[in-house]
This record gives sequence, C-alpha cells and structure tokens, in this order.
Amino acid sequence: MHVVERIGRHGGGSQSFAAAFFSGLLDPQSETPAAVTGPNKKAAVRRYNVYRNNVTVSLIDALAAIFPATQRITGVEFFRAMARFHVRATPPTSPLLFEYGRDFPGFIERYEYAQSVPWLADVARIERAWLDAYHAADMETLEPRALASTPPERLSDVRFVPHPAVRIVCSEFPAVSIFAANRSEGPMDPIEAVAAEDALITRPGLEVVIRHLPPAGAIFLARLVSGETLGQAAAAAFEASTSFDLPANIAGMIEAGAFMEIDSGDPR
Amino acid sequence: MRAVSELQGSHAAGRLRLPAHAIAGLAGTSFKHEHLPAILAEATKGGFFEVHAENYMGAGGQPHHALKKIRRDYPISLHGVAMSIGGPQSLNQNHLERFRTLVDRFEPALVSEHLAWSTHETTYFNDLLPLPYTEATLRRVSEHIDEVQQAIRQPILLENPSTYVVFRESTMGETDFIRGLAQRTGCGLLLDINNVFVSATNHGYSALDYLSDFPIEHVGEIHLAGHAEQVDDEGDRLLIDSHDGPVADAVWKLFDIVLSRSGPIPTLVEWDSNIPDWPVLKAEAEAAQDILNRHATPFISGKVHARR
Repeated sequence: MHVVERIGRHGGGSQSFAAAFFSGLLDPQSETPAAVTGPNKKAAVRRYNVYRNNVTVSLIDALAAIFPATQRITGVEFFRAMARFHVRATPPTSPLLFEYGRDFPGFIERYEYAQSVPWLADVARIERAWLDAYHAADMETLEPRALASTPPERLSDVRFVPHPAVRIVCSEFPAVSIFAANRSEGPMDPIEAVAAEDALITRPGLEVVIRHLPPAGAIFLARLVSGETLGQAAAAAFEASTSFDLPANIAGMIEAGAFMEIDSGDPR
Repeated sequence: MRAVSELQGSHAAGRLRLPAHAIAGLAGTSFKHEHLPAILAEATKGGFFEVHAENYMGAGGQPHHALKKIRRDYPISLHGVAMSIGGPQSLNQNHLERFRTLVDRFEPALVSEHLAWSTHETTYFNDLLPLPYTEATLRRVSEHIDEVQQAIRQPILLENPSTYVVFRESTMGETDFIRGLAQRTGCGLLLDINNVFVSATNHGYSALDYLSDFPIEHVGEIHLAGHAEQVDDEGDRLLIDSHDGPVADAVWKLFDIVLSRSGPIPTLVEWDSNIPDWPVLKAEAEAAQDILNRHATPFISGKVHARR
C-alpha cells in the first residue's frame, strides 16, 4: 500500500543550500548551518530553531491527528515524546501527510517505554487502517444478493474483488474494544473485553466502519482478499477454528462492504 | 519560456463542467471540514474558499465529497503547499500529476504555490523552507514554475514567504527575485501581507518599503493571517507565521494601503490551527470584504486589474 514516490533527477543547479540547511532540521544536536545568519550580523540560532520546531512539531501533530485513540491511551505528553523519537528517526517520504505513520505501530511495538501497554501497537494499526479506508477510492460494494445467481455447485470456485477500503488487523488483545472506547472524546465506558479481537475496516459509503470479526473470520477474509476462492478460504477458516460459521461470515462480509464484485475471471 | 497569454488561452478553450463563479473583488477563508454544515446552512452564498491541495490528493472519500459540495456554490482557490518549487532538486512528478488532476477535477478560480521548498532527496519536512536569492536559484525556480504551468495549462500565483533567517550567499532582495520570477515565467503573485509584516519585523526592514517595491501589477490574490511572537538570540521580537489567530491590526492597515494602490484583489483570511467556530472566521472574512468594497468604487470605471 505504501506509495513509492518517484524522485526526479537532481537539477543542474547547486544542491548546496538545501543540503546545508536540512541537515539540522531533525537533529537537535547539530549546529546552526553556517549558510544562514540573522540580519545585520545577528545570530541565527533561535531563528533556525523556528524551522526545526515547525518541522518536528508539525510532524508530531500529524501523528497525533492520525492516531488519536493511541494518544488518548498514553496521554498527550507520553505520546508526543514517543512520536518525537519516531519523527526524527523516520520522517515522511511523501508530501501527503495522510500517508505518514505506516511504520509507527511497529515503532510502538519496539518502544521501550510502551512495553507495559502491549495492545497499543494494535490500536495504532487499526487507526492507520482507518485512515487508509477514509481516503480510499469511492467504489460500489457487492450487492446483498450477489451470490444468489451463482449455482450452488459453482459457489466454492467464486473469487471476489476486494473493495479499495478493506483492511484487516489481527490482534492478540481486545484491540477493537480498546480502539472504540478511546476513539471518541466522550466519557469512557469500562472495557469488559479480555479476548483477542480481529478488526475488519471497511468504508461502504463515506463513513469508515470497524467491525470485530468472529472466530477465524480474519483468516477467511484475508484469503479472499488475496484472491483465493471461497472454497479455499472456507477450508482455511475451518482448519483454524471448528466453530467457524460460513454462512454468517459470508453475510457479514457482504454487509460490511468488504468486496466490490464477484471476480468474473477476466484479466483485470 | 512559454508566454502566459498562450497558457491562459488554452485554459479558456477547455471545457468547463462546473459553474464558473467569479472571484474578483471577493474575500474568502480557508475551508475547514468542521465548518461544512455551517457553510451549507448559509442563506446567501458569498465569498470564496481556499483549500490546501494536498488534503484532496487521496483517491476518494469525504474530502472530495465535501469539496464538491463547496465548489458547487462557491469559487475555490487551490493552494499547494508541498510542490517544493523553491528547492534545487527536480519536482516530484507524481505530485505534479496529482496537482494537475485536482486542477482538472475542481476547476479552481485561483491556483497558487509557495516560494519555498519542503522536500530534500526523499524526505518531506512539512514546512516552507527558505532559499537564497541568487541568479542560480532564480533560474532554477523559474524552470520549476514553468514546469507546473505547463502541466496545468494555466499560470499559477506564487506566494512570498515568511522567513526567519537570511542566506549569506543571497545576492538580491526578495522583491527583485520575485519580480524576476514573474517576468521570466509569466506567473502571477500571491501577496501574503502577514508574511510581509512577519519578515519585515524579523529582518528589520520596513514593510511599507517592501510593499512599494513589490510588483503589485502581478498580484492575483492577497493572504491575511495571524502570527505569534517570540524573541531572537538578541532578545528582539521574532514573529512566527502561525495562522492560529485573528489578523493583526498592523496587517489590516497594510492591507488597506495596498488596496488603495491596487484596487480590489481577491483576499483570503487564512486560519489553519486553533480553528475557531465558523462565525468567527466568517467575521474576519467580512472585515476583509468591507475593506475591499471600500476600495472598489474608484476602480470600477477606471483600471481593471491585470489578472482577474
């Protein structure tokens, strides 16, 4: 999903001013670049720090905007300290800030001071997926009766075309309940859930919807999204959980808008 | 360099699928999604809205939906913040293509970008970074403006920056540099009066002198915004272009002076953080509109503005 930006050739002009200027922007230890000064021989330490501050703070703000539930769980101060480390180590590589933060959940998972909150990274994964779904292309979803015209003996061979918004996040923790409780700003209900929860993220219209998947539902959907047949996906799900409910999962995925259409088998 | 008239001509020949709302003489505000219900509930549709292009570069979803609704009733101004036109490296071709697609999709009345850079190699810094003013950078930035204008088949307005440092290697003043860009590329200019005030304070020159030197005949849009205050290493006032509050009195005064020379020019009140409720932002735009209206009369039969 990561957008790889094509970076053009460097121009014939001097690269030096940008190279001299950028080096200290994300490194608080480095000196003010000698290329710049204040007016009338004034110093430029605080002046250059304005740019440093703009860059760092705006990128921390960007992460806070993408990961609000994560921030609510940790508190603002903890979150911003954690985000500052990440921003300096992994600044954006795209001018589209809504693409930023894909490496942040992994960073959280390894972050020394977040080890006591082992579900935090999964909540962040759901938030990152939420934003992908929010910006995904506007596409129709599968009709409720889409499978009705398929002869029963052909059902197991059916493949589906995934909707561009669909994302699946698996968690060993009740990540969906924790996400839901922390995503809004209102008073928080106590979280009763203790079991592992897998999330399905879709956007059938304009609103992003997060669902808690039933047992083996994530395996089933992930297989379908990757292009396997209904038969193959169901077999994998039954293998993972004997309580896998095939009709309920098919109805659920259609209702959620996880797929656009039945794959006709034509090359796309 | 391609002549600007040719660019404009080809744009005019293109098909227009959206209502062609006029923007001349209007005041507008930044468009913020939280204001959408209040804006849609307005009984009279006046003014215009400006959006940051990058926020609409996703594939679909609510941003496009909201902007489509706004565009139906208002002229919009498409304001790019991440083209990195002022940098030495080549423009990001993916980004240029996304920008072109947006211009095509929303048919903005105004299209603008910044005299600044924000990307170096593969890192995007999310800030408007400064550049030295030399013959070499003038040539490079002109090439970039040319490239953008060729891609979107119309001229852009280039915004003067707010800056906190100067480059030792600079050999010309900012107004000469900007005039040079306008002359070489046929681009128009976006005069950010708050940026003028911020830079003038930070660098110890007169904002009025700067404005007298500024090639006002190329200005197609004005920006007004709020700023914050810090101190520099010597303990003197250092202003920060923060867009987080109301327009300062000094900036309103400068705006009045500029208009007394130029006549009305579409004017935007920018407000990008600590965003107030819609009525507060709307009142700022109305204050700008009052000043625009006051300067309209003497210009009605006389001078028609060069660009809009």
